[in-house]
Amino acid sequence: MVRYIANKFFYMLVSLFILISATFFLMKAIPGDPLTSEKQVPPAIKERLYEQMGLDKPVYQQYLKYLGEIAQGNLGISMKQINQDVSNIISQTFSASLKLGVVAIIVALIVGVLLGMLAALYHRKLIDNVAMVLAVLGIAVPSFVVASLLQYVFASKLHWLPTMGFKGPLYYVLPVAALTAQPIAFIARLTRSSMLEVLHADYIKTAKAKGLGWMAILFRHVIRNGIMPVITYMGPMTANIVTGSVVIEQIFGIGGIGKQFVQAISVRDYPLIMGITIFYGVLLMLARFITDILYVVVDPRIKLSKGKEG
Amino acid sequence: MEPILQVKDLHVSFQVKGGEVKAVRGMNFEVGKGETVAIVGESGSGKSVTAQTIMRLIPSPPSIIKQGEIIFQGQDLLKKSDKQMESIRGKDIGMIFQDPMTSLNPTIKVGRQITEVLIKHQKMSAGEAKKQAVEMLKLVGIKNAEARFNQYPHEFSGGMRQRVMIAIALACRPSLLIADEPTTALDVTIQAQIMDVMKEMQSRLGTSIILITHDLGVVAGMCDRVIVMYAGEVVETGTKWEIFKNPQHPYTKGLLRSMPRLDQKKGEPLIPIIGTPPDLIKPPLGCPFAARCDQAMKICERIDPSATVFSETHTARCWDLHPMAKEVQSS
Amino acid sequence: MDSNPIKVMPTPVDLTAEDFRKIGTDEKEAEVIQRESISAWRDAWQRLRSNKLAMTALIILGLITLTAIIAPWLIGKIYGYNYYSNDLLYTNKAPSSTHWFGTDDLGRDMFIRTWMGARISLIVGLAAACIDLLIGVIYGGIMGYFGGRVDEIMNKFSEILYSIPYLLVTILLLVVMEPSLGTIILALTITGWINMSWIVRGEIMQLKNREYVLASRSMGAGHGRLLFRHLLPNAVGPIIVTVTLSVPNAIFAEAFLSFLGLGVQAPVASLGSMISDALTGWLYYPWRMLFPAILISLTMLSFNIFGDGLRDALDPKLKK
Repeated sequence: MVRYIANKFFYMLVSLFILISATFFLMKAIPGDPLTSEKQVPPAIKERLYEQMGLDKPVYQQYLKYLGEIAQGNLGISMKQINQDVSNIISQTFSASLKLGVVAIIVALIVGVLLGMLAALYHRKLIDNVAMVLAVLGIAVPSFVVASLLQYVFASKLHWLPTMGFKGPLYYVLPVAALTAQPIAFIARLTRSSMLEVLHADYIKTAKAKGLGWMAILFRHVIRNGIMPVITYMGPMTANIVTGSVVIEQIFGIGGIGKQFVQAISVRDYPLIMGITIFYGVLLMLARFITDILYVVVDPRIKLSKGKEG
Repeated sequence: MEPILQVKDLHVSFQVKGGEVKAVRGMNFEVGKGETVAIVGESGSGKSVTAQTIMRLIPSPPSIIKQGEIIFQGQDLLKKSDKQMESIRGKDIGMIFQDPMTSLNPTIKVGRQITEVLIKHQKMSAGEAKKQAVEMLKLVGIKNAEARFNQYPHEFSGGMRQRVMIAIALACRPSLLIADEPTTALDVTIQAQIMDVMKEMQSRLGTSIILITHDLGVVAGMCDRVIVMYAGEVVETGTKWEIFKNPQHPYTKGLLRSMPRLDQKKGEPLIPIIGTPPDLIKPPLGCPFAARCDQAMKICERIDPSATVFSETHTARCWDLHPMAKEVQSS
Repeated sequence: MDSNPIKVMPTPVDLTAEDFRKIGTDEKEAEVIQRESISAWRDAWQRLRSNKLAMTALIILGLITLTAIIAPWLIGKIYGYNYYSNDLLYTNKAPSSTHWFGTDDLGRDMFIRTWMGARISLIVGLAAACIDLLIGVIYGGIMGYFGGRVDEIMNKFSEILYSIPYLLVTILLLVVMEPSLGTIILALTITGWINMSWIVRGEIMQLKNREYVLASRSMGAGHGRLLFRHLLPNAVGPIIVTVTLSVPNAIFAEAFLSFLGLGVQAPVASLGSMISDALTGWLYYPWRMLFPAILISLTMLSFNIFGDGLRDALDPKLKK
């Protein structure tokens, strides 16, 4: 168990290291340097700035310095937002994204699992068919299409909900709905198929042969085992919601990291792009790491068998 | 002997795409108190369906119990409500299944899977149930029962899991145990151990056992009476000795010929029964075994034979046993 | 041993001696069920054909592809529009008989642009899927076939690569390399092949211990022959399914990149870039969003449904 966790942790660090290195060298590969665009800078000042930023040193020294800075949480200075630390921009905008993300993850889990369970319990009945049609639609229709559609219908036409902004509970409804459409669909499908498998498992027959009631079988035996695969989806779901929020924040005018990211890309604010990339990278890899651990903790079968593997 | 279970004229079908599979077509048998009865037949003969119908475990749909009665301790189980059945299952009738690797819930500790039954039926407190469960684990021959109580099924071997299944099935001291191919998935040495555990438990608790199997070796070691099923019907029934020493139905004879024996002469081949059982969506008009029978006569394809009685316990259904058959053939 | 029945249950018919005449083996009804032997592929095709939903999806995909190839060219010939020339006097017009899908903010004909966009999106999706297929089959084939140390190292490498969120890598690459059709496809495939390689690896590992492979090996078949004649052809089912399901993923990823301004660059359009262009004024000019959005959704939906159907048809055991 400890070895398994240590192993996964080591992998996470290696991947992170690769991502950070990739950002550094890709940034180096961009023709020109951070000061190229600032045309009016006199050569003397330019040299001073170069020195200040360490750009006169050999590449490997710059690389080591970069790694050291990141280890301390320093992601550099934004090129376009005057006097703004990248770390500052991230920490200022993170709260909005976090709130949206956490609500979305909770909603996706609850709705997805419930939908999947209903579909499995009413297999081949109306509920099942409706749920599965929704699931296929949810997977196939891109989140920005869902977002625009929701915005058009519920905000612009019906005026039930606010179009833009992030000022109160009502402002969550549409972005969360758009953001969770795909995860809900995935979770519902996953839950349904795994519940169906469990419902036909031999140990359910054993439970029936014991004379247990329908409710006891459902809660003690079916649900617990049935939602286990959903845990494996937690990592990918976080990734899905994080990347989805990049688009959703833009559409609904929510001042989160995603919006910063889109803007940084459109004005080619390289330090900000790199900083947010690394931040997202850490976030998603952590999510995956936690998922791996959670799965082992919840499913007793894995402790022995998987612990031995690499 | 006073029967605790009587199955009368049981018909069970399955609704499938191509029509109705008539899996059980008129089963009749009894199980006496403390008796072990084997139901023998090849896969698809309807033996498992019969067992699961007694427990009312068979999912409906697609199954339909067309007609018949299952009288258990004087009451017809087919007339019970689902709720009433719940209080019979696990308490008065226990059941164990073929594959011990999948019959236990992999995510729940073994002990809890035993106490679950006790708490449900005996209304025991968690502490009492635990004591009783550990006791049961010891009885079925699991060493270190206290420690094993807190382990998960994957920490047990196949044979040990089947012991746990027996402990679960017998925890409430049911008067009937249905064992559906309990040793098929196990190694031969383990099979013997499991049969011993079942015999031991039976002598302690006085449980009647219905043993479903296709392994005549298991039957010889354990059972009092044998019911031979073919294509959803009972073709022959008798005591163990009647069936082994004096089989009457060609199918029973075929089964015995295809099984290795200790007293087999050197060089004497095992003879398999050629062909496959009939399609039970459209069961044949006559004897279902006629198509595979080397004794088949014209009548066999037209009319299903009725029973010929040899002793109080021994009956078989075959036209060849009809007095006229001998007359015609000897003439 | 002879036995004497105590009694025989009465039979409700009169029996004659003739009834008890034995049947010769030749007289017996042949009980061997005559069944046409069907090859695995034809069997799968029959199952697929009976799946109406999957077949509808296939037909829709065919129609979309065909229209995407023909429509831009045909409409160009008939109406004289093309996807890039603009008419600034005729911007943001609602659908009409001259412009079936309306015009965009630069007065370009939306019908021709939408189908042009569909063409680009399909190219991106199919090309990315094909490259994934190529790399994935080779990499996964080697991993699965050789196993042991080779597999361990190669698998660790792909695992590390996989744990880096792929959209981030793609974004980084495209920020550095200027986006074009080629670089987008390249960026999408940089980590996209890993999934395929794992599928192939798993299949090959299962297959390589089968008797027929061992037999062939013992007769001296070389690595290449074993891998390409015996192993890969039998892993084709899961491979095809994975390809089918990876096309919509690539289409979606390209749309996402367009949204960040990293998709195909104007005047070329993809469905994704058209949607993101339309976002700014979409509450006023809904048709600019509607047609590309419907088309991209329909395409992805059809690929997903068809892929699911294909999986069910190829491996009925997996049917959920």
